[in-house]
Amino acid sequence: MILHPETKKALAPFVLPGLIAGPVLIVGLYLFLTSIPGGLARVIIFCGALIIFAALNAAYLVWLERKVCAHIQCRIGPKEVGPFGLIQPLVDGIKLMSKQLLLPKGIDPFLFKVAPLLVLVPAVMSFVTIPFGEHLAARNINIGLLMIFAFASVNVLGLLLGGWGSANKYAVISAARAVSQNVAYEIPMLIIVITMIMVTGTMNLNEIVMQQSGWFGNWYIFRFTASPLMPVAFLIFFVCSLAETNRAPFDLGEAESELIAGFHTEYSGMGFGVFFMGEYANIVIGCSLATILFLGGWQSPVGIASGWWWFLLKLYTLIFCVMWVRWTYPRTTLWGLLNLSWKILIPITLFNLLLTGAMLKIWPH
Amino acid sequence: MSGYFKELFSGTKSLAVGLGITFRYMVKPVVTLQYPHESLQMTPRFRGHIELIPNEETGEPNCVVCGMCQKACPSNCISLAGEKVDGVKGKVLTKYILNFTTCSLCGMCVESCKFNAITFSKEYNLAGPSREAYVFDLKKRLEDKKQ
Repeated sequence: MILHPETKKALAPFVLPGLIAGPVLIVGLYLFLTSIPGGLARVIIFCGALIIFAALNAAYLVWLERKVCAHIQCRIGPKEVGPFGLIQPLVDGIKLMSKQLLLPKGIDPFLFKVAPLLVLVPAVMSFVTIPFGEHLAARNINIGLLMIFAFASVNVLGLLLGGWGSANKYAVISAARAVSQNVAYEIPMLIIVITMIMVTGTMNLNEIVMQQSGWFGNWYIFRFTASPLMPVAFLIFFVCSLAETNRAPFDLGEAESELIAGFHTEYSGMGFGVFFMGEYANIVIGCSLATILFLGGWQSPVGIASGWWWFLLKLYTLIFCVMWVRWTYPRTTLWGLLNLSWKILIPITLFNLLLTGAMLKIWPH
Repeated sequence: MSGYFKELFSGTKSLAVGLGITFRYMVKPVVTLQYPHESLQMTPRFRGHIELIPNEETGEPNCVVCGMCQKACPSNCISLAGEKVDGVKGKVLTKYILNFTTCSLCGMCVESCKFNAITFSKEYNLAGPSREAYVFDLKKRLEDKKQ
């Protein structure tokens, strides 16, 4: 059993009240929310659900990551706490929450405290426009794509402030690296997004998904009439989203062997936890965007039974690829990273942009 | 210019090969054991500290206290004593002390034994709070093992 007998004894008096109060609270909350006029209730419910989604994703992606990493290294991974170690992330979360939030000497207390939130909040905000299904989006915003990229750049600010506010040389070096990397990789990513907007003619994510209905040949990754380089564009978008989220092999920002843990060196307890949640939420956002722009979002590959399940399937396949890449490649050097961006990704994306423009002129959609 | 594309393609290819290798390893069966729950069978030639071999019929040690192992030991870790008992050929072992702190598992004692009385054990779960914990009374260990 996971709980220590002593812990169980201490928790016993709270079980019955909890079992009664829980459903009462949920029903009460539901009645309260439905009594609010207008679309406000929908937004509040969606925001709550999205925060829970982001938190669960952070927790269980860590579990998945540990499992994937373990199996790549011929190990088993977490297995002791609960079946297949499934309760491990919850236990880790409880540990993080029960730890003291230590404020080291010499830090900038305001920046130090606000930085983790600056990483998490934009990521959660970006979820608002992601269409999980045809009608399953908190807000169907007609500039959804633009909004996500606007929020994605706030994330960098969070890293910079966290590193700067910590008054730690490793954190500052890491923050500088993270920013230079993010700036370098935002360019090819945005050029691809411009290409995609030229092809789709809209920034509404749900409409972009709608345009890819039917069989999987209609997905933008295979839309060769728009540009023969579409698969390459997808690949570059994927690589850029790896670099944007500071994932291996581009994890220079938190290179453990050189910089301890990078910008979150000085964070303890939930400060670190929130950074982590933000990071994983950003991975989910990056993979969701790749799914929506190139892989048809919630559209089924055979044209029938489209729905949110397809979106989640594609999303988690991509996230698995992110983990697979992380445990395959060693970390790049800083010059290797910038070389890749300026010498390879940007020329190819620019060429793709020109090519797409020409193709659209010849065969207008 | 051709070098640029050559590098691009060969680089992409090598990355794909790397991904293939890790995927193959991922679907392979795991090699680690869940140690406290499972443990490995030691190989026949594994050398743990020495232990006494009991007689198959009586269960008493095979040892006749000839002292050859004591003499053969280059680091003087073995000390043993025996007494004469009526009706038993040779001596009967009363004490067999192995000081495992200086033992280098060279195996001279096992080789020198003509009576099939000592062998390497398969014991590797060794941890102790002091040096004295590694001075083993092998006779007592044999008796504990019997129970």
